[in-house]
Amino acid sequence: MKLVFDRPRSMRDKPMHFCPGCSHGIVHRLVAEAVDALGLRERTVAVAPVGCAVFMYEYMDFDVTEAPHGRSPAVATGIKRSRPDLFVFTYQGDGDIGAIGLAEIISAANRGENFSVVFVNNTVYGMTGGQMAPTTLLGQRTTTTPRGREAKTEGHPLRMAELISGLEAPYYVARVAVDSPAHIARARKAILRAFQIQVEEKGFSFVEVLGACPLNWGLSPTEAIKRVQEELIPYYPLEVFKDKSGAE
Amino acid sequence: MGKVLDLVRCFDRMRLVMIAVGEKVLMRGCEAMAEAAIRAGCRFYAGYPITPQSELAEYMARELPKYGGVFIQSESEIAAINMVLGASVTGTRAMTSSSSPGISLKQEGISYLAGCELPAVIANFGRGGPGLGNIAPSDADYFQATKGGGHGDYRNIVLAPYSVQETVELTHLAFDLADRYRNPVLILCSGLIAQMMEPVEFMPFKGGEGHSQKEEKPWALTGARGRPSMVIKSLYLQDVELEGHDLKLQEKYREIREKEVRVEAQHLEGGRATPEERAKLVVVAFGTAARVAASAVEEAREGGLPVGLIRPITLFPFPRDFIRKAAEGTDRFLVLELSGGQMVEDVELAVRGRVPVEFYGRMGGVVPSPEEYLAEIRKRL
Ligand code: SF4
Repeated sequence: MKLVFDRPRSMRDKPMHFCPGCSHGIVHRLVAEAVDALGLRERTVAVAPVGCAVFMYEYMDFDVTEAPHGRSPAVATGIKRSRPDLFVFTYQGDGDIGAIGLAEIISAANRGENFSVVFVNNTVYGMTGGQMAPTTLLGQRTTTTPRGREAKTEGHPLRMAELISGLEAPYYVARVAVDSPAHIARARKAILRAFQIQVEEKGFSFVEVLGACPLNWGLSPTEAIKRVQEELIPYYPLEVFKDKSGAE
Repeated sequence: MGKVLDLVRCFDRMRLVMIAVGEKVLMRGCEAMAEAAIRAGCRFYAGYPITPQSELAEYMARELPKYGGVFIQSESEIAAINMVLGASVTGTRAMTSSSSPGISLKQEGISYLAGCELPAVIANFGRGGPGLGNIAPSDADYFQATKGGGHGDYRNIVLAPYSVQETVELTHLAFDLADRYRNPVLILCSGLIAQMMEPVEFMPFKGGEGHSQKEEKPWALTGARGRPSMVIKSLYLQDVELEGHDLKLQEKYREIREKEVRVEAQHLEGGRATPEERAKLVVVAFGTAARVAASAVEEAREGGLPVGLIRPITLFPFPRDFIRKAAEGTDRFLVLELSGGQMVEDVELAVRGRVPVEFYGRMGGVVPSPEEYLAEIRKRL
């Protein structure tokens, strides 16, 4: 029989700890596929986040280091600059990148560091139990916005991809989603493109992935996917905001 | 002296030639540390400007690229220490430097370095605090340096030079110890040493001048080529699992305490001393205070006063047993610090109440004169 679907080489054969309907599993797989497609597994050093994806190294079969919450872009800078021959990416969540680590991501992007960022935006702090994230939508109820996020007191949800693409240096900035097979196919392409850009030594590449956190949204997996489509995508448009090579 | 300085600065190349033939050159402490770091194989430096040690970063910016090294002016002290963490992950010898308030910001990263068992060298040219304080020399970061500083059960190895020459020597030692124990090493000295100019003789380049320092460390992450993939982390979710990791760290600190104590003593004759030679008062001081104290003790000795000096060079590991032994042969201790009294607590722990331990400290960046210390010594004899 012909094998038509298998685990990427860069993934371990291990059951994941994510909640049912969580997007991290899909994004992990897309990342592993891209690493394999470009033959990068044996020269990859990834930077794991603090948050629900902290156990990335349990599922990935390449070198992974931990980083303090928000500091991944600084850690990645240290790795890539001292060993430019390595393939380096950070995998970050919305609190990590948009709150505590805002200075690190903006500065690394602004320096045009030649590493890649995979940013999973699910509009909530997952691991700590569903608090407001910088990307939480207006009106969204979280454990720290029990009456819903209000612009007057909590500000507006941060559009990270737009923010990064406003900088001069970044080479590739895109936002994708993993709510449907068609969107997953586009997400796969975007991550591959981002990694390719690093391999070609062109500079900073950034992919924001809209994902679902059914647990902290208080929704079933199918309802959560509907929310991504009906609430997240209208506020966070799926676009390639910047691609200096002109190609998509 | 000004002329010599100008010459040194103008003729950078000539200076390097002078260094190469082993002649002494006049150099500022923090620049000498930078040169020593490069010679010790440091190939990555990240830092953020802060007085009184910005010249170290400037020196690195100029010199490090000549050796294939990387200099980054980071967006913050927090980013600097995490860049160092990243470089260290790949096995690269890496350092950062700052002054007191900047070192406070680095504590999170230092805790992660210790937890992940990553080597790194961090220099703190201390200035007056707390808060913004001032930019005058201080050693008030002793607690922060030696008792942890960041969160969790960990220790930094802490080296305290008292001259520019010793700064150079301890910088080499710092990189070696950091690698040997896979642990952060802090070089703690007051801002005075950063700015002080003294003649120094440099040590040769580790592995020769052209050496790239890219030697593989078996634990470093450089891609899973021909080996299983590896992880560097400090996260252990299960309590007993984390305790196991913590016990491993404690075992390392025990070994460091056993093997790495460095201390210098003057006029302590121990059991061999005749009753007349015995130091009735023993001064304990480190870094800049020790420098001034050494002059005061010499002067006191010339004046016939029975006084000795103990200068801890490693603050962690602290020369506890050495001081404990000294307590058997003296009447009292006088601890001199550029702080409100920090190391004095470790001296008290070592002495265990056997003899009185007295303290004299100046704060806020005040550096006492040898005469001032001499007066304090006289008062107690
Ligand atoms: S809490 Fe949310 S982000 Fe975390 S694993 Fe569960 S669904 Fe995923």
